[in-house]
Amino acid sequence: MDFLRPGDWREALALRAERPGALPIAGGTDVMVEINHGGRRPEALLDLSALAELHALEHEPAGEDPAAPAGRVRLGAAVPYSRVVTELGAELPGLALAARTVGSPQIRNRGSVGGNLGAASPAGDCHPALLASGAEIEAVSVRGTRHIPVDDFYLGVKRNALAPDELIRSVRVPRATGPQQFSKVGPRNAMVIAVCAVAVALHPGRGRVGVGIGSAAPTPVRAREAEEYIAGVLADGDLWERRDPIPPAAARRFAELVAAACSPIDDVRGTAAYRRHAVAVMARRTLGWCWEAHRAGASDPRPEGGAPCA
Amino acid sequence: MPDARELPDAPAGPVIPADHTRRVPVDGGVGASTRRPDGVPKVTGDFAYASDLWHESMLWGHTLRSPHAHAAIRAVDVSAALAVPGVHAVLTHDDLPAEEKHHGLEIRDTPVLARDRVRYHGEPVALVAADHPEIARRAADLVRVDYEELPVVVDEAGATAPDAPVLHPGRTDRHAAHVPHPNIVHRQPVVRGDVAAARARAAVIVTGEYEVGMQDQAFLGPESGMAVPDGEGGVDLYVATQWLHADLWQIAPVLGLPEDRIRMTLSGVGGAFGGREDLSMQIHACLLALRTGRPVKMVYDRTESFFGHVHRHPARLRYEHGADRDGRLTHLTARIVLDGGAYASSSPAVVGNAASLGAGPYEVPNVDIEALALYTNNPPCGAMRGFGAVQACFAYESQMDKLAAALGMDPVELRRRNAMSKGSLMPTEQVVDSAAPVAELLERVRRRPLPPERPWESGGPRGAAGPDPRELPGGLSNTTRGEDVVRGVGYAVGIKNVGFSEGFDDYSTARVGLRVVGGEPVVSVHTAMAEVGQGGVTVHGQIARTELGVERVVIRPADTRVGSAGSTSASRQTYVTGGAVRNACVLVRGRLIELARRRFGGNGDPVWSDPDLRPFDGAIVTATGERLVGIAEVLGGETIEIERRWRHRPTEPFDIRTGRGNGHVQYSFAAHRAVVEVDTGLGLVKVVELACAQDVGRALNPLSVVGQIQGGTVQGLGLAVMEEILVGADARVRNASFTDYLIPTVLDTPTIPVELLELADEHAPYGLRGVGEAPTLSSTPAVVAAIRQATGRALHRVPVRPEHLVDLAVPDTGLPTPD
Repeated sequence: MDFLRPGDWREALALRAERPGALPIAGGTDVMVEINHGGRRPEALLDLSALAELHALEHEPAGEDPAAPAGRVRLGAAVPYSRVVTELGAELPGLALAARTVGSPQIRNRGSVGGNLGAASPAGDCHPALLASGAEIEAVSVRGTRHIPVDDFYLGVKRNALAPDELIRSVRVPRATGPQQFSKVGPRNAMVIAVCAVAVALHPGRGRVGVGIGSAAPTPVRAREAEEYIAGVLADGDLWERRDPIPPAAARRFAELVAAACSPIDDVRGTAAYRRHAVAVMARRTLGWCWEAHRAGASDPRPEGGAPCA
Repeated sequence: MPDARELPDAPAGPVIPADHTRRVPVDGGVGASTRRPDGVPKVTGDFAYASDLWHESMLWGHTLRSPHAHAAIRAVDVSAALAVPGVHAVLTHDDLPAEEKHHGLEIRDTPVLARDRVRYHGEPVALVAADHPEIARRAADLVRVDYEELPVVVDEAGATAPDAPVLHPGRTDRHAAHVPHPNIVHRQPVVRGDVAAARARAAVIVTGEYEVGMQDQAFLGPESGMAVPDGEGGVDLYVATQWLHADLWQIAPVLGLPEDRIRMTLSGVGGAFGGREDLSMQIHACLLALRTGRPVKMVYDRTESFFGHVHRHPARLRYEHGADRDGRLTHLTARIVLDGGAYASSSPAVVGNAASLGAGPYEVPNVDIEALALYTNNPPCGAMRGFGAVQACFAYESQMDKLAAALGMDPVELRRRNAMSKGSLMPTEQVVDSAAPVAELLERVRRRPLPPERPWESGGPRGAAGPDPRELPGGLSNTTRGEDVVRGVGYAVGIKNVGFSEGFDDYSTARVGLRVVGGEPVVSVHTAMAEVGQGGVTVHGQIARTELGVERVVIRPADTRVGSAGSTSASRQTYVTGGAVRNACVLVRGRLIELARRRFGGNGDPVWSDPDLRPFDGAIVTATGERLVGIAEVLGGETIEIERRWRHRPTEPFDIRTGRGNGHVQYSFAAHRAVVEVDTGLGLVKVVELACAQDVGRALNPLSVVGQIQGGTVQGLGLAVMEEILVGADARVRNASFTDYLIPTVLDTPTIPVELLELADEHAPYGLRGVGEAPTLSSTPAVVAAIRQATGRALHRVPVRPEHLVDLAVPDTGLPTPD
């Protein structure tokens, strides 16, 4: 196995184009496990861990893009989860909550959102939050740069929309303009792979609600019908402005529609029936928490729920 | 505070704080919470485990394992593997050098390498030695094995069907003649009294079917060791194991070598819990080393480790309990079916335990118990902490709660009314002849104040930011802020035997030396005891200091240059090897006093005739404490060294029809109270507190004892809510990794307050009672009882999974039907 260590970003792109069989690696929390367990024998590893560009965390101001009225965070592909937790709680609360549930502190110090996207496992913790926020993936090759909407990124189980010569440079996530939440279910209270997960993001300025689901379909998915439904309920009752409670029947219907967006399977981690059930429960709770925060008029959409890191 | 040893029947023993010490001849003696010598190196990462072994010229061994659970082997072709550069040997069944080609703890039914048939997923088929582990792995992939898959046997119905494939044809083992079917390893009934008559008298009868999943020991240090050929046909084996001599007795016949040509030394062991009683890589590494003439190291990775050792027997248990109106048990019936998997391992002894302990720590006048273990194509199962008593305890304690509900009685009160005590009869009619404070232990955990109610339990204010998710079910996954969270409280108590049972000659050996080093007396203690984390090396030092009044004690590495210490299992090592060390120390002490009299008593001074001369704080002193002469001065250049076997009192086999017999050495008891919170919306559980009370006879090292109890408690919690090896209908293991075999993290581990009772057993050294296993028994049913109380669900199976705790649109299958 060759070990390729480009000195800069340009060389990395050149190597990527030359050696499409080389597997990109940064934190190694996924790739090394697969290699050590004999699950993967790549002809080469392309080590991106030393490239400064991938560790950059930039704040892009608001522009014309209506999908990002407060601007975006450009999150370098190798920025570890621990930085997402400690530095982005205010700007990307949903993603920060999701990052906090990843593995152990050691894993969070190495693993990154870019790695989660590269692996494209349906159980990746970041995906639901990226879907709920409307993120886009900055994919770069020697041919140029593409911005892939996250909705178009997941193609199948562990398959994504990257071309063989492309690398993930960053993920660009709209700054939150309203409360966001993330919940996942696992059979123990820490260090667990998601049985299923839900992220909800309120976008009050646009009158929209984003909902992402993890580990309950061959890919991470958005719950579009549920999004449309609840956006309609909120608009019809002028609830965004009046900040009245969401009628319980509407919250229940929303939860049913989120569950309906799943196509789960039975596996060692849980049954399909349980996943549907749990997704509905989490959808209702996370929507409720977001809405409570919106009603309280919280201008500071920091993630709620205690200590920043464990 | 009265000395517990004078009050063997005291209803309430003293509570021993963790820093409790007793007056002993030097610091660090029996009763002190002496620090363990391996503690700091283990925490800092400096401790050398067997997987750290290294030799400049070593090769790496690798095992090729069967991908099928049941298949005939038509042919094996190793030529492609042998042709790989860097490969030094590829061995199959045909390369085994001696007549004996099997091993096994109780029955030699396990092929060293499969010959014409594999019986479980992961069974070893071929071995490779190479310059590098990766070369060995790749070469193993090139071994061509022509398998023909066979139908799998996975349960009792399939194993005992008229046309069932017989997994071990032509059995000649000692159980073959009495089992009703050749796919039953062993069957043990225990019958007492007249169940039919008692049933007619019972005011209330409850029945239940229960299931226990396959738990893994999940020790952290994978199977590993190194075999070094001695150049003269013999071999030195360094290995992490639980019983050096039992390994040796199985290895030597397969290698065709006399036992003295194989020298075994214990390497650093990263946990065991029963999973290292059977052989793993021992013979394989020796075969490769003898074939290549080079040292061979073998280390399993985590996945292979799940295939490399036996697991806890999964079980199906059917119970009936009857009681009169006052809640006195009239009778009990039980049928306990244990899945032993493909090979016998210690299944017969596990059956004996499940049968003889299947009534629990209760007085039951009429009993009809049947326990058996099956041969199937599932993974082999054998020893794991609790050993047959764990499965039974989950069922009989679930039954006691069910019976209490049927009687409208408090579940603790029902248990107290039936609790055994000193003098009670077991269903085997063995008299429990030392303390059995079952009611007292229950009372201890019950009278503890409950942890304060938390805000969300009463629907109170949750604060704008919500509570810390780590305090709630779901933990860091942020699933609830208190919605649907309900508290439950549950109790359980259990009974476990200590030591090997059923007539086994369960001796240990210790060699104790006393000499002067650098002007100071130094004791050396040499045993073959496997230190697997239980703290035996700490306790041996404490015993030597106590008996010889010498502070400096050297614990020699465990090896086979001294006699067998028996297994580090069955809660027995402090009792048996501790007893052997004490016995040898007492003999050394006698020789020391004798030597002192000879050297210094010749002047006629009557003080030397004092029959109670003893060593104390480095000197020989009189009964009144008058210091006569230093021990170093007595010894001069002389060394006193004594090696002796030591035995606890004998046991006898259970009658094969009635189960009658004084089968056990000692009984131990623990009780738990669990307080849980369940998110009834998502089926997630947080154990808030898991209090334990246990009678330990005498705590030789209170800190270690508390550690053992807390560890056993957590292992029981794991079985209650998460730990299970999942085996498919094709008998293949589906979750051989720590990604999907989950063990509790610190966020799953509750506060574990421990109360120790010290009611001495007059038969045991220092009055001690084996500690390690009892807390693993009652922890599981206590947690499940608490979940039942919180949810109102019947819960017949462990581990309880989230999908068992919620109402699903599509009902989950796989649960036994509630009766």
